[in-house]
Amino acid sequence: MIETRNTTLKICAALSFVLCCTSCGGIHNALNPTGPQAQNLSRLWWLFFIVCSVVFVLVMIALLLSLRNRTGEPQVATAPVIEPPAEQERKRRNVVISAVTITVIILFVFLIASYSAGRSMTAELEHKNGLNIELTGHQWWWEVRYDDVDASNIFTTANEIHIPVGVPVTFSLKAADVIHSFWVPNLAGKKDLIPGKINTIWLQADKPGVYRGQCAEYCGLQHARMALWIVAEPQEQFNAWRQNQTQTSVTPASDSQKRGQQVFLTSTCVMCHAINGTPAGSNIGPNLTHVASRNMIAAATVVNTREHLAQWIIDSQQYKPGNKMPQNNLSDADLQSLVEYLQSLK
Amino acid sequence: MSHEEAQRKPQRIEIDQEELEATMRREREELERTWARPTGLRGWFTDTDHKSIAKRYIVTAFVFFIFGGIEAALMRIQLMRPDSHFLSPDQYNQIFTVHGTTMMFLFAVPIMTAMGIYFVPLMVGARDVAFPRVNLYGYFVYLIGGILLYTGFLLNTGPDAGWFAYVPLSGPAYSPGKRVDIWAQMITFTEISALAGAVVVIGTAFKMRAPGMTLNRLPLFVWAQVVTSFMIIFAMPSVMLASGFLASDRLIDTHFFNPAEGGDAILYQHLFWFFGHPEVYIIFIPALGFISPIIVTFARRKLFGYVALVLSLISTGFIGFGLWVHHMFATPIPQMGQSLFTAASMMIAIPSGVQIFCWIATLWGGKLNIKTPLLFVLGFFAIFILGGLTGVMLASVPLDLQIHDTFFVVAHLHYVLIGGSVFPLFGAFYYWFPKWTGRMLSERAGRWNFWLMFIGFNLVFFPMHQLGLNGMPRRVYTYLPETGWGTLNMIASLGAFILAGGVLVFVINVIWARYAGAVAGDNPWAADSLEWATTSPPPNYNFHNLPVVQGRYPIWQATADAPVVRGLSTTKRETLVTSVMDAQPELRFDIPGPSIWPSLVALSTAVMFIAGIFTPWAILIGAILAGIALTCWFFGDPNYENKTARETGERSEHVGPAPELRPKEV
Repeated sequence: MIETRNTTLKICAALSFVLCCTSCGGIHNALNPTGPQAQNLSRLWWLFFIVCSVVFVLVMIALLLSLRNRTGEPQVATAPVIEPPAEQERKRRNVVISAVTITVIILFVFLIASYSAGRSMTAELEHKNGLNIELTGHQWWWEVRYDDVDASNIFTTANEIHIPVGVPVTFSLKAADVIHSFWVPNLAGKKDLIPGKINTIWLQADKPGVYRGQCAEYCGLQHARMALWIVAEPQEQFNAWRQNQTQTSVTPASDSQKRGQQVFLTSTCVMCHAINGTPAGSNIGPNLTHVASRNMIAAATVVNTREHLAQWIIDSQQYKPGNKMPQNNLSDADLQSLVEYLQSLK
Repeated sequence: MSHEEAQRKPQRIEIDQEELEATMRREREELERTWARPTGLRGWFTDTDHKSIAKRYIVTAFVFFIFGGIEAALMRIQLMRPDSHFLSPDQYNQIFTVHGTTMMFLFAVPIMTAMGIYFVPLMVGARDVAFPRVNLYGYFVYLIGGILLYTGFLLNTGPDAGWFAYVPLSGPAYSPGKRVDIWAQMITFTEISALAGAVVVIGTAFKMRAPGMTLNRLPLFVWAQVVTSFMIIFAMPSVMLASGFLASDRLIDTHFFNPAEGGDAILYQHLFWFFGHPEVYIIFIPALGFISPIIVTFARRKLFGYVALVLSLISTGFIGFGLWVHHMFATPIPQMGQSLFTAASMMIAIPSGVQIFCWIATLWGGKLNIKTPLLFVLGFFAIFILGGLTGVMLASVPLDLQIHDTFFVVAHLHYVLIGGSVFPLFGAFYYWFPKWTGRMLSERAGRWNFWLMFIGFNLVFFPMHQLGLNGMPRRVYTYLPETGWGTLNMIASLGAFILAGGVLVFVINVIWARYAGAVAGDNPWAADSLEWATTSPPPNYNFHNLPVVQGRYPIWQATADAPVVRGLSTTKRETLVTSVMDAQPELRFDIPGPSIWPSLVALSTAVMFIAGIFTPWAILIGAILAGIALTCWFFGDPNYENKTARETGERSEHVGPAPELRPKEV
């Protein structure tokens, strides 16, 4: 019963995601800002856009007007002008000089606007009183580690980042293999995740909702299927979510779930995945301690339903050809138990 | 100036017209014999004539352009719908990498160099380029590099790490196999070829100009080629380091770019973009050099602001080296440092603006005859200015962080490169085709060609601005239907077919005109520069008598008794070396003729680099082979004695009719 309701909720979430995307605003859109960072950028964008449009139109008008002096005569018939009238040339020179001067002034305005926007965007980084998240890029998924002064509050999840509304969140960006880039257009610009370096960015969501992000630096075969969700929710809701995430995994209740756990622990799953509270502790793949609490699987590629999960375990290659998870030859009964167990990991 | 006056001074002498014509005929026959080109298969490997090398370059580069275009079409078919299975991710990644690599390294740079190799000697009034054999070598190295890339690609070993091949993705750990090695070595080939072309162009433009063609009278086409060549000389070593370090990381386990061993992934990006950004200008500046002569010819007036235009080209060349970091704004570089590059990136809009304003001022003052070449230049204005404005947006750090690496950038770069280079290039094809072949391209087909390309281009790339803002990253082989990117992608894909239709019209037009086009004559557009002062196509020796230049617009300003250079041997490949600034005659110089050695050096270079993909020993063996071939190149020539330069003892200049400067006399 709860199971079905949960799945329904997820499908609803996915549907609302679809609606958001296709409606005019969009949850993956730089022109639909929902945080101070992106708002700042959007203001700057409209300044550039309007000024550049005006410049473009004016130059095109000048160009079109120059076409008035057309002649249909053959080339050879029109004698070339090598010494044009001096007075006319002087006038033209003045116009050209004014146009260049205006260009320089516009560029200065752009430069100053851009610099001050940039300053206000990095300024917040200095007082990190909000939430700190360490984001590590893998081929082709995101490892998310919530940092805290209290070690018992530190936990790791994947591909779905919950943040409280109205609180600045600082991200430390790292990469485990190749360069990736973290980009959630509704909330902020992008920053690269580079092996051997730590990059930082902060963002803040002013409205609750789901915001989609996608890796923006070409990172190999499945660069196209490396997305993430940022779920912004009110503080209490976030606290409850965090409280749950810091717990170890639930103990399997039913026989089927128990069998599923055994399947997990005795098959290749443990080579890469961790479930806190069980002996499985590898961190090559996403941490599955609370996998059932996530809306999507495969780096925000498909909705986290029973069927998708089962198909993903058997043959993940059909969703993401070339991803690093091997095919698993499980018997049908084993697979059903395993999925049941994973679905219980709220 | 005094030099010209000196030429005008001698009194007119009565000339026996019949005797003169007999002399002329004899000289032409001798020149024909002296400058004869080896033909047939031997000609393929020994012919050093700059015109035939340039034509081969142009045809080869155009074939690669078609290949690159087919790859683009495949990508557009894949992206037409969400979740398409037309291409696998692996195929898509190879295709976009090979598309970028082809268009940048095998099409754009070589074809621009080729235009220079063809026209710089003709425009400055020289018999051939400064180093014809280096020129031949450069072509073969380029050809082999291109064949290497496509052999790999057809054998499913095409590079798949992007045309920029960022480490660590392109490093040994994440790109096993030989794919990236093929990319890195192909880069080496095209680097060498570009450097060869650059040296040839600079040597020709600086030391082989016709007397009277001071730097102040150098055509803007040649200025553009000179600036580009200097940029190549300074930019290429940087990518040589990048691709060389990458190859050695992969082949002999150095760790230049491996962060785990103290290497640095960002270092690669600096080295690559220190080349990569100037590369854009290396492609774009020669195209600016096509625009000036086309505008002058069809506006029927002198260029407005010659000095401003020249200074703009030069300053673009300098500033072009100061903005590479705007490709790296998302990396951890402090804001103050990045701001410097914002300022530099915006600054480059100033010389571009100056040029555009000067050209519009020229058009305003002219009597326009809108033929296809000018039509393409007008198309350039519309497309390039839009691309330039989005470039200003990308220069701003905060804005760049939103639109960097999205389809917005794909739109921007195609607006700048297709608008800024390909449109002027097609204009140039229409403009100079008569000079190459002696026949005119069809004007009607030209208009179809232009409008199909113009409309198709805008349909493909304009929607991509919106796609980028809507969050679509670059280099994705597919996207989810939920993202809502489907419609705009569909429009873009349909536009791609219209664009391809335009290119097809061009190809048909060329094939048709080659055999059935109207006969052009020497100067069909009544243009002003020296390449039109000789026959179409030009003879092997370019000019019977090298011209003497009297102004910036040599043909328009030529007087009836325009002087020409006399006293050059007609039985030896002799040309005139003049001073850098004022083009005062200095030496007569024997230009090297046909030789097999440049091809053999190219072959040993190929052995070195291609076998080097598999074993480091190949470098040693190839170097020895190349050393032997180079030694023969320099000393094994029986005519070596004749190749030494001599001081001109006397300079006899004949005042009289100048056949090359009078369009009527053929």
